Amino acid sequence: MLEIEIDGQQVSVEDGSTVMDAAHQAGIYIPHFCYHKKLSIAANCRMCLVQVEKAPKPLPACATPVTAGMKVWTHSEAAVKAQKGVMEFLLINHPLDCPICDQGGECQLQDLAVGYGGVASRYQEEKRVVFNKNLGSLVSTDMTRCINCTRCVRFTVEIAGEMELGQAFRGEHAEIMPFIEKTVDSELSGNIIDLCPVGALTSKPFRFSARTWEMSRRRSVSPHDSLGANLIVQTKHDVVKRVLPLENEELNECWLSDKDRFSYEGLNSDERLTTPLIKQDGEWKAVDWQAALEFAASGLRGIAKDYGPAAIGALGSPHATVEELHLLQKLARGLGSGNVDFRLRQTDFRADAGRAGAPWLGMKVAETGELDRLLVVGSFLRKDHPLLAQRVRQATKRGLLVSVVGPNAEEWLLPVRARALVAPSALVDTLAQIVVALAAEKGVAIDERLSGFPAQAGDDARAIAASLASGRKVAVWLGNLAVQDQRAAELQLLANEIARLAGGTAGVIGEAANSVGGYLAGAVPSADGLDARQQIEQPRKAYVLLGAEPELDFADPAATVAALGGAQLVVALSAFVSPSLREVADVLLPVAPFAETSGTFVNAEGRAQSFVAVARPQGDTRPAWKVLRVLGNVLELAGFDYNDSEAVRDEALAGDIAARLDNRVDGVALSAVAAPAGALERVADVPIHFADPLVRRAPALQRTRDAAAPVARASRATLAALGLAGGERVRLAQGAARAELTIVADDKLADGCVRVAAAHPDTATLGALSGAISVERI
Amino acid sequence: MSTQGMILAGCDGDRTWRLQDYVARGGYSALRKIVADKTPQDNIIAELKASVLRGRGGAGFPTGLKWSFMPRSFPGDKYLACNSDEGEPGTFKDRDILRYNPHAVIEGMAIAAYAMGAARGYNYIHGEIFEIYQRFEEALAEAREAKLIGRNILGSDFSFELFAHHGYGAYICGEETALLESIEGKKGQPRFKPPFPASYGLYGKPTTINNTETFASVPFILNMGGEAFLNLGKPNNGGMKLFSVSGHVNRPGNYEIPLGTPFSELLEMAGGVRGGRKLKAVIPGGSSAPVLPADVIMGCTMDYDSISKAGSMLGSGAVIVMDETTCMVKALERLSYFYYEESCGQCTPCREGTGWLYKVVHRIEHGEGRPDDLDLLNSVTGNIMGRTICALGDAASMPVQSFIKHFASEFEYHIENKKCLVPPEVQHAGSNIYVSPSC
Repeated sequence: MLEIEIDGQQVSVEDGSTVMDAAHQAGIYIPHFCYHKKLSIAANCRMCLVQVEKAPKPLPACATPVTAGMKVWTHSEAAVKAQKGVMEFLLINHPLDCPICDQGGECQLQDLAVGYGGVASRYQEEKRVVFNKNLGSLVSTDMTRCINCTRCVRFTVEIAGEMELGQAFRGEHAEIMPFIEKTVDSELSGNIIDLCPVGALTSKPFRFSARTWEMSRRRSVSPHDSLGANLIVQTKHDVVKRVLPLENEELNECWLSDKDRFSYEGLNSDERLTTPLIKQDGEWKAVDWQAALEFAASGLRGIAKDYGPAAIGALGSPHATVEELHLLQKLARGLGSGNVDFRLRQTDFRADAGRAGAPWLGMKVAETGELDRLLVVGSFLRKDHPLLAQRVRQATKRGLLVSVVGPNAEEWLLPVRARALVAPSALVDTLAQIVVALAAEKGVAIDERLSGFPAQAGDDARAIAASLASGRKVAVWLGNLAVQDQRAAELQLLANEIARLAGGTAGVIGEAANSVGGYLAGAVPSADGLDARQQIEQPRKAYVLLGAEPELDFADPAATVAALGGAQLVVALSAFVSPSLREVADVLLPVAPFAETSGTFVNAEGRAQSFVAVARPQGDTRPAWKVLRVLGNVLELAGFDYNDSEAVRDEALAGDIAARLDNRVDGVALSAVAAPAGALERVADVPIHFADPLVRRAPALQRTRDAAAPVARASRATLAALGLAGGERVRLAQGAARAELTIVADDKLADGCVRVAAAHPDTATLGALSGAISVERI
Repeated sequence: MSTQGMILAGCDGDRTWRLQDYVARGGYSALRKIVADKTPQDNIIAELKASVLRGRGGAGFPTGLKWSFMPRSFPGDKYLACNSDEGEPGTFKDRDILRYNPHAVIEGMAIAAYAMGAARGYNYIHGEIFEIYQRFEEALAEAREAKLIGRNILGSDFSFELFAHHGYGAYICGEETALLESIEGKKGQPRFKPPFPASYGLYGKPTTINNTETFASVPFILNMGGEAFLNLGKPNNGGMKLFSVSGHVNRPGNYEIPLGTPFSELLEMAGGVRGGRKLKAVIPGGSSAPVLPADVIMGCTMDYDSISKAGSMLGSGAVIVMDETTCMVKALERLSYFYYEESCGQCTPCREGTGWLYKVVHRIEHGEGRPDDLDLLNSVTGNIMGRTICALGDAASMPVQSFIKHFASEFEYHIENKKCLVPPEVQHAGSNIYVSPSC
């Protein structure tokens, strides 16, 4: 610790601190632009110049290390003179167009100019003009306003992991720009809007639609991935205008993924369902809530009476809240059916019988920074979990070694130490090999459950095992691909075993905002109930569908559309209406998306985060928990008299959540079956901006490169075996399900695999997300 | 070409740059002796300290002291860099050293590498003198062939790899940390210091950077002894120094003379003021050094202390001589334009301030000056100086301040009368370079 004096205040700071750190600790504000706590120090804006005893000239607080006994004055005459001098320079070429600038009212330059700027400019020369740049559909530029602080440049390099912006040219001609003819395509790009201390980078979807002081702001939680990013949602006249990060160092830090930030546009989509609809004689008819609920209730009662309650299935989205999922399962069970599930894209539920608790990350999100070894199994980590990937990226700079097992090796913008690139059918075998190699590294006997597997491990497995064996803090994470795998239960068992041998933790990253919460809410089948897959494979007479779209949100779109289409009654609670819902449903109940309801998501680390509505529900939309509550009343089911959503939550999440989280599974048999040789397997990613109904309807996100129409991908070797060169249109077939796409060569895939995205209209006619697929030239 | 002096002594032919010629002049004897005797590193550094060799790039920092900062016990890579990115207007000495005696630089760097335990070195050569870069590559090939650099130098266990690297035309890359960035393949922009290159230099490793002339002096110092070198010059200003004399003299060129030589003698060597005209002003140390009026410079000796006492800097030893036909406003306009164009744009005061300075001086020169412009220029330079990441901000400010200080009447005349105190025909007569008609 070092003792220093800052503005007359004695402060004790850690060795290696800067004057800026010390001032922060002492509660003293030093004006600055380029400095940002999460970015490297640039010391280029010079706004934080302070007076330091014995220093002949003012020093930048952000870059000056504290030394013992140092005396600093941050607001002395000399310091303020230097700061004012810098402010004058910053303003001479700045357009001073605050009245027409979107940053107005939340601009660091504007704010500091009040304190440090002159009333009139001494600069009478011509001002510099900088042409705007096209950074894509999310970030708008007014580059003449840029003060060249390079925060955005440093963000792309250091946080997003890829330099997409730079400072070109010299001196007064210097300008920030993307690479020639390139846009900024990072899935984290929106953060440069927040980072920009002036109005050079603003939000393209938001621009010119409201002033910051006109909007009310409420905290909320992202309904997308399993991180549970904290949001500030800003509304004007009950319309969500903008989403900003709410800083939470333990989860999203000060960042948001573009999906979290811009998906709000979907809230105002034309496809919002705002009136209850019922289908009569094939015609949709708008009705009031009472009629709709009575229609639904009598339909469900009739099915239960005619075919038994087991003829009813309930399927909820993993993006639904704890309250919604809890009431959905309570409704189904109240009707006497144990057929409830929320794991719509999963296919292997063998672990359910022997689960010790809800599968979760196995650790705190923030503990990622402390890991020194990580094995990721079956994941599109960067696009599925952008901010978690960002944490991993930062951890690799501190020595974390990442190993990866999976059929995909697309760029994560972080170093991968060891990798086993294997087809989905070989995942179990590969993890078994890692167990074998790890046991050898640790000198312990191999678990007898693995007796059916070969006692030799391959090179990749050995390299991964060697890396894990040398770790002090190790984690094994199962990604979405692993969880959706046809042998997910075995993968979980093996991941647990690898973690045990390596002395670390096994975890499931989780597909959606409420992948943990769904378990806690009890939205899983009863012992005699049917899981999500069985409910589709053994079609029910009636379904209650919550927040999911049949052709996009399920493990087997074709089968799901068929099963729902064949049912006598489908009661769909949805915020949006789509042709497929119109096709399969019989009642459409407009329920509120996350911004218009109170609710709770439990994120990957088991953190329950409740939020309230930030805007009034549109039209006749009602919060889904209220709809389910009233439906329970109409059905005269017991225990549906809640006064508020908190009561539902308290019932669902009673007791200690941590005690209900456990990745252990029991009673799952491991089998060393090899995949049939020569079979082509499908690998399905869920593209980042198609993963749920809300983001699919966010127009600006739909114009990003990440939202480009999917192509089929296969390695060059696989293409050669198929007699293709790449670039051809092909017909993909899974049984009777078909789709046509262009196929391209992609050596970031295991041989024998074809990567075909799910959740996209172009591929919605296909079948299962994994398993056999055939490809033929059209 | 002068054949006097030390580094350039005897360099009066086409082949003096060849290894054979250098060896004939006694070259590589210092390196051979060190390698054969296994001279302790400390002895070499002590010898340099005794010589009071001061950095020849401009700052005049004692070289022996700089070398002693290198953490020799640091495990892992350490680097040397030679700064041959000679971009300061008026300076052209390193070009001649590399042209006529490149092996002195190579030998000096090899000795430095030995003394500091560096295994790799780079010579960063100004991009505009590409043929010099090519020659240096050839000289390196000769040295490599003769086992004077590379693995196991002269059969010993001392290894040192040396590479040439040419710049792409940015003045700022002559700033030592921008030079390191440029070698790393990045945009040449100075780094904030601390950390200094001795602890965090090239690729984040301890690095020592010296000027071409500094390295080239090292073999001579070790051959003659530090004391003898010091005695060539005067106390605290050891040895010989190259001066690049340019401007209104009869014989512009490089003159290698002992530090402490009176300016009048240097002017005489350069053939005196052209056309027998009256000396008006001299910039004694490269374009960023404050200008000195004739009467002041005529009383100076050419060494760090004397020039500093007179209110300027010896800098790189670029002596720009201006006679009575010079319009000081126009001269300053040209200098300010240079810094405006060469500011790297990284930090605010220099990026914004150099343009402001140039635009105001340009206005004055073009008859659009305003009464308070000189106060404005002094104020703006005051806001740039000492507030920037590197010294370019200071370099841009010092000419402005000194020109106004010493030649205020010329500036005022320009502002009041919208024309130059020195009539155009006089300027034309004194210079065959283009003079803008507005003057």
